[in-house]
Amino acid sequence: MTSVLFDTRGPRARRRHAIYSVVVVGGVAALLTYVFLRLLDAGQFTAAMWQMFSYEGVQRRILAGILDTVKAFLLGVAFSLVLGILFATTRLSVHRLVSVPATVLVEFFRAMPLLIMIFALYNTAWLRSSVTAIGGSLRDHLGGPGSWLAATFASPTLWALVIGIALYNGAAQAEILRAGALAVPRGQREAAVALGMRKGQLMRAVVIPQAVRSMLPSIMSQIVVTLKDTSLGFIITYEELLYAGKLLAQNTATPTGYPYIPVLLVVGPCYIGMCLLLSTAARRLASLNGRTATAPIRREKGLLRRR
Amino acid sequence: MHVLLDNTDLFLRGFVGTVTLTGLSALLALTVGTLLAVCRVSPVPPLRALGTAAVTVLCNTPLTLLFFAVTLGLPMLGLSRLSYFCLAVLTLGCYTSAFVCEALRSGVNTVETGQAEAARSLGMSFPQTVFLIVLPQAGRAVVPPVGSLLITLTKNSALAGGFSVYELFSTEKTLVENGYAILTVFAWISAAYLLLISCISGVFRLLEHRLSVVR
Repeated sequence: MTSVLFDTRGPRARRRHAIYSVVVVGGVAALLTYVFLRLLDAGQFTAAMWQMFSYEGVQRRILAGILDTVKAFLLGVAFSLVLGILFATTRLSVHRLVSVPATVLVEFFRAMPLLIMIFALYNTAWLRSSVTAIGGSLRDHLGGPGSWLAATFASPTLWALVIGIALYNGAAQAEILRAGALAVPRGQREAAVALGMRKGQLMRAVVIPQAVRSMLPSIMSQIVVTLKDTSLGFIITYEELLYAGKLLAQNTATPTGYPYIPVLLVVGPCYIGMCLLLSTAARRLASLNGRTATAPIRREKGLLRRR
Repeated sequence: MHVLLDNTDLFLRGFVGTVTLTGLSALLALTVGTLLAVCRVSPVPPLRALGTAAVTVLCNTPLTLLFFAVTLGLPMLGLSRLSYFCLAVLTLGCYTSAFVCEALRSGVNTVETGQAEAARSLGMSFPQTVFLIVLPQAGRAVVPPVGSLLITLTKNSALAGGFSVYELFSTEKTLVENGYAILTVFAWISAAYLLLISCISGVFRLLEHRLSVVR
């Protein structure tokens, strides 16, 4: 590869870079070997530590952890997108009675650490009691499907997590959508007004669709952030993947201690894999979007372009 | 009000904890992030691969997982004398450095091609070109995104409270355990964070104003 930042390499530079390459690769290999040997020394690779992963119960619990993570993630994304559209449209409203409170709310939720909010919600008495009450009435009135619903969704920790995620990411999505709406060319609004559309129609039919389309890359990367945020459930003991892993490690005593590292080596790649999958999909979608919308070809410009 | 006045020491301890944690990890993140960015544009292929791999993994790891891995893993690797505070600084710093690297890389892209070409035609080597010509200009261009990264870092630092470091989240936990009403505690804690974050964004607005490049 050549770049604007450095000259085409001559024979001496090539030799020097070969030496650097060897040093870098050797260094990384040495570091990895050291880590492996230390872990081996600490007895993290004994059969007793890894045996539990062959039990069906353990596998099922890890799978349940993944499903619980996905459940919180999907609920969080759905609510945050709805809230995002709601916040964005109210913030753009011409009535100050509507737009000022929306602005204050969005700015507040954007500035709050998500963990602080989730913890506060988790300790809110009415959230617990109302979730429990709703679960109870679902069980009483809907029979079989009702008790399934109650067992799957009527957990206060789940809703503390989901509401926190929805408020925080909803505010973030609202800002993204608002930026997109402000970037819609003025002629579009004027044309809609000239056609006699009302304000609601104008938003729904003209502005929001174009804002969503142009902001799709940012919206998708915020969704990846949402997935990563679900891991905060760990702190309030929501049984997502990481917490399930921690429980598994705590409940398995081996001669060389608790198998935290093996659990981490199994659960970590699962989590990173999910995020990687989503962010790759996001990038694909963004480049697809870039091709069909305005820019015909996306190419690196500036200093990073290839010569 | 009495929640704050009765527990001034707890609030102060939490506030100072959050500020030092954020400050130190910001320094680490800026340093490591710059180095990663240099790696990613360097002429040595393994260095580029290393930078890309580090950024990809760090960007796609939930911070909680990283905290979990660092607080459990590093002591096992012979760094058992590090305090929980040091481990938290390391975690937050490394996590944020990946995002700093990405911001700087897009900043490098805004520097005009002629600048690097001029540097090369003067016979500057790659380190000279990058550190003397390109990065100073790229850094100025990315002041606003780095500011919002540091604000995110401040908010992320709350997670350290879940891993045995004393900061504002720990204050919230302690006060709730002591039986104070959650809404009042939440209001004061959020006021502290709002204060901190408005300070950071004010400083960065000033910096942006001072450092902006006229092109």
